[in-house]
Amino acid sequence: MSRSTIIPFGPQHPAFLEPLNVSLKLDGETVTGAVLNLGYNHRGMEHALSLDYKKTQYLAERVCGICSNHHASAYCQAMESIYGVEIPERARLIRSIMMECQRLTSHLLALGHIAEAVGYENLFMQCFRERELVMRLVNEISGNRVHYSINVIGGVKRDLDASMEKRAAEAMTKLRPKLDELRGIFARDSTLSKRTKGVGKLTETQARDWCTVGPVARASGIWEDVREDSFAAYGMLHLRPVVRAEGDCYARTMVRMDECLRSVDLIEECLSLLREGPVAVDVKGHPTGEGLGRVEAPRGELVYYVKAVGKLQLDRIKIRTPAFVNVPPVQVLLPGCQLADVAVITVSLDPCICCTDR
Amino acid sequence: MGFLDRVGARSPWILHFDTGSCNGCDLEVWALLTPRYDVERFGGVNKANPKQADILLITGPVTKKCEDRLRNLYEQVPEPKLVMACGNCASTGAPFHNCYNVCYGVDKVIPVDVYVPGCAARPEALIDGLTKALSLWEKKALAAKEVKE
Repeated sequence: MSRSTIIPFGPQHPAFLEPLNVSLKLDGETVTGAVLNLGYNHRGMEHALSLDYKKTQYLAERVCGICSNHHASAYCQAMESIYGVEIPERARLIRSIMMECQRLTSHLLALGHIAEAVGYENLFMQCFRERELVMRLVNEISGNRVHYSINVIGGVKRDLDASMEKRAAEAMTKLRPKLDELRGIFARDSTLSKRTKGVGKLTETQARDWCTVGPVARASGIWEDVREDSFAAYGMLHLRPVVRAEGDCYARTMVRMDECLRSVDLIEECLSLLREGPVAVDVKGHPTGEGLGRVEAPRGELVYYVKAVGKLQLDRIKIRTPAFVNVPPVQVLLPGCQLADVAVITVSLDPCICCTDR
Repeated sequence: MGFLDRVGARSPWILHFDTGSCNGCDLEVWALLTPRYDVERFGGVNKANPKQADILLITGPVTKKCEDRLRNLYEQVPEPKLVMACGNCASTGAPFHNCYNVCYGVDKVIPVDVYVPGCAARPEALIDGLTKALSLWEKKALAAKEVKE
């Protein structure tokens, strides 16, 4: 008769950056069951966000530090739809540039994280070395490394001058060969493919049943990308979503890797489209009405619902983050795998607990 | 410091724990470990094991659910130990001051030795805080040794 053991995985664990707890039921080395325990990061953001709509934009960035600009953009879009204003074209393009920069930093973090989970320390360091290039660029553009604080309701706060545009284009030219090199390693390295190919397979039906979004869904063969619904400047750009059919850890990694290269294309396209013009429009008075803001965050669709009642305090603000739907599938992915693969599978979903718990 | 003391000296190991931060400071902590900032040159190594750690690097305003875990971790770390609060929210909880589920700072739960300001704390500020923590830790370790003798 086999005896099963229950071990806690997290909240403080070498493989995780954040407090996430998974109760694993083990039979020897094989995982037979997994129960997700969330809430370590719950701060009560939705309540705090609704207290003062002028400060919400500051706090919305603090919901998550990895996709902070997307949170602020989604909130600003929701508020702009309440005010009924159209933001200028230049502001749209700058927003798109910043969003793609953030996608680059987030995906390079996720790629480095999976390299670390596999045990490939060297590649983790390399990912972070290339990531630092993008971090320096956004620092030059916005003055901040993590929370860009570049969005305001009605446009953006900071403009790119001519020399900044040039430096951004130079940074992208410098980044592209480095990303190509990284892609070669991720695609062909035997250590990585042995640890990731065929591991943690999420079928298309499962991906649909668990309502996954973003790279996790795209790696399981689902064609969905909110950028195709043309928010910010994405209507003007040539989008080519990356979709793969395998659904395993390898596919999820490669989708992120290819999206990095597509982001570089998009940033260069945005820079070439920049024309002189205003970067913000004025909005007046307290907002009244309901608004929805949808953006494609690095992890997938991010939705902000705002209900304003003509006061400083908002009636309700509801956030649906991508990690909220992308993390629960670990409960179907983990049973049947080896204990050593738990970290790889969990990390390949790119869990973001501060988004999930809010 | 004599020859034997120098040979016997060891690198302090760092334990990083996220108590509900927005990940901003955590990313910068990770950036510290990587080629551009590389804190290993000061002798600090990140090892996620409380039993062998010397310096606790805490980010986040400490959510109510993390409170007990943080206390538990702190008790597991052997003496001499040092706590470093990274970022504004770990220092005072300021960015999250209207949130109902936070304890407003690490020092409400465990004693803190070094505070690093910034939202998110910049890698340069973190390096500054870490070098301060390292010199403090050396003093603490020396004092503990003298007491033992």
